[in-house]
Amino acid sequence: MAALETDFTLTLRTFALELALDVERTVALVGPSGAGKSSVLRAVSGLVQPERGRVALGGETWLDTERGISLPPERRRVGLVFQEYALFPHLNVRANVAYGADGRPVDGLLERFRIAHLAQAHPRDLSGGERQRVALARALAREPEVLLLDEPLSALDAHTKTEVRGELAELLRELELPALLVTHDYEDAAALADEVGVLVEGQLRQLGPPSELVARPRDGFVAAFTGANLLRGRARRGEGELTAIRLEGGEELWSTDEADGEVGVVVYPWEVSVARAHEGHPDSALNVVRGEIGSVVELANRVRVRVGPVTAEVTAASAQRLELARGGVAYAVFKATGTRLVPLA
Amino acid sequence: MSPGRLVAQLSNPVVTDALVVSLKTSAIAQALVLLLGTPAAYLLATRRFPGRSLAIVLVELPLALPPAVAGIGLLAAFGRLGLLGGTLNALGVRLGLTQVAVVLAVAFVAGPFYLRQAIAAFETVDPDVVGASRTLGAGRGRTFFRVVLPLARSGLAAGEALAFARGLGEFGATIMFAGSLQGVTQTLPLAIYTEFDENFTAALAMSAVLVVVSAALLVALRLTLQWQPSRPTSRLLFAPSR
Repeated sequence: MAALETDFTLTLRTFALELALDVERTVALVGPSGAGKSSVLRAVSGLVQPERGRVALGGETWLDTERGISLPPERRRVGLVFQEYALFPHLNVRANVAYGADGRPVDGLLERFRIAHLAQAHPRDLSGGERQRVALARALAREPEVLLLDEPLSALDAHTKTEVRGELAELLRELELPALLVTHDYEDAAALADEVGVLVEGQLRQLGPPSELVARPRDGFVAAFTGANLLRGRARRGEGELTAIRLEGGEELWSTDEADGEVGVVVYPWEVSVARAHEGHPDSALNVVRGEIGSVVELANRVRVRVGPVTAEVTAASAQRLELARGGVAYAVFKATGTRLVPLA
Repeated sequence: MSPGRLVAQLSNPVVTDALVVSLKTSAIAQALVLLLGTPAAYLLATRRFPGRSLAIVLVELPLALPPAVAGIGLLAAFGRLGLLGGTLNALGVRLGLTQVAVVLAVAFVAGPFYLRQAIAAFETVDPDVVGASRTLGAGRGRTFFRVVLPLARSGLAAGEALAFARGLGEFGATIMFAGSLQGVTQTLPLAIYTEFDENFTAALAMSAVLVVVSAALLVALRLTLQWQPSRPTSRLLFAPSR
């Protein structure tokens, strides 16, 4: 399987997108809206022209500004799936899928994506999930050598999304194509990709497997983006193994990480437990933050509770036992070993 | 005035000559408008370049001009004593009192109706759909004919219908620039004006022809637009071009 190699600079309205990235399996770029994510896919597919750099797939150069090479989009074998799918509104499903098939039969693809019964339907008559399957089938009918997905799940409602996410993950595994997808949702990225890159204002902040991003976030932004609590404070060397951090709110926390000066204390919601009472037994291995209960959100079998500045995830059973309700006072408790200290970005 | 006397006028040479001149010049003028106007409108709708706004103002200017002024303008440009008159003369081309002058006048006055509408129609084509076609292996030309044109079709048809109707009724610019010579430059509206004093029945018969053609055109347009499944176009008909 040929890998996609990119290394280019593309000036966008307010910043320059600079990306050096090799894609062998599935890579997801995540970042807030306006980080330049879609532009990455447009540059790889040739719809926009970076002012500097290279894009190559295997031995084939698609773009090399130094050698004056830039293949037009129709000569780069990409399967680009647009965020809103960009199906041809004047063609039925079969004609949409067959558009890039170069005369090859598409019945197999229609079957595989469960859209054979919709072959004569027009895109306006399809549901969001069906449109996405048509868009994927159309992209694959071209027999691409790399798959590019722009926010593949954002146009779907919450119910469809979970289902489609599973199907898409399976498809990406089966295809054995290098795939580059962009999304603003870290969970989607982690569920679909082998490697996740965090893109902020055109710069890649960190690239690695999802587990690594969670275990060792490079900075506060990456930590917050992957769903962690980020508390700002000032660290100073404590006694023994521990670093003491004084938060902006005055509380003192302890971490097993080493740092000095302005830092972000990172702790994931599943590392935090919640208590209603706290015996004033100072134990530096255990951090305690007292706060008002800001919100209580029930997810499947977990409950997400906001205590002061900290979000905790507890089981539904313990949430009930603790009688957590908005406005009450509670303690967020987490171990010093459960925290990471990162530079604030 | 019995319908029989009106129908009888259709064999009057003045009427038949005017009908032939009108149909011939309209057909050529509209072909020019479509062939030159469509690519021009597509460029204006999809490209951003310095001077684009100025180009759009120039395209739309004839819409705002009184037709007589348009005629004077054409004379000043292409007339015997006009800016390009000397050059044309040297090339042995005389435009005055020829059908070429009628075609120019009609195209100049009616073309902007098509262009304006065509720009608006092309602007409504989703750029992502165009991009999708490119990444699926279709080059610029194939993308234009297989995606852009079908999607803009109803807007283009509406614009062309307006331009055709406007061109068929063209009077001011034609009479100023091409004159009113029976069988050569005398179109239906010019013949109606001339016959108004001479033979009122003929004028009435020609007016009836124009009413029938205009009505048929509108009905045909409405039918095409209903038949075309992609999207409603009533909005496009009067959408301002940005």
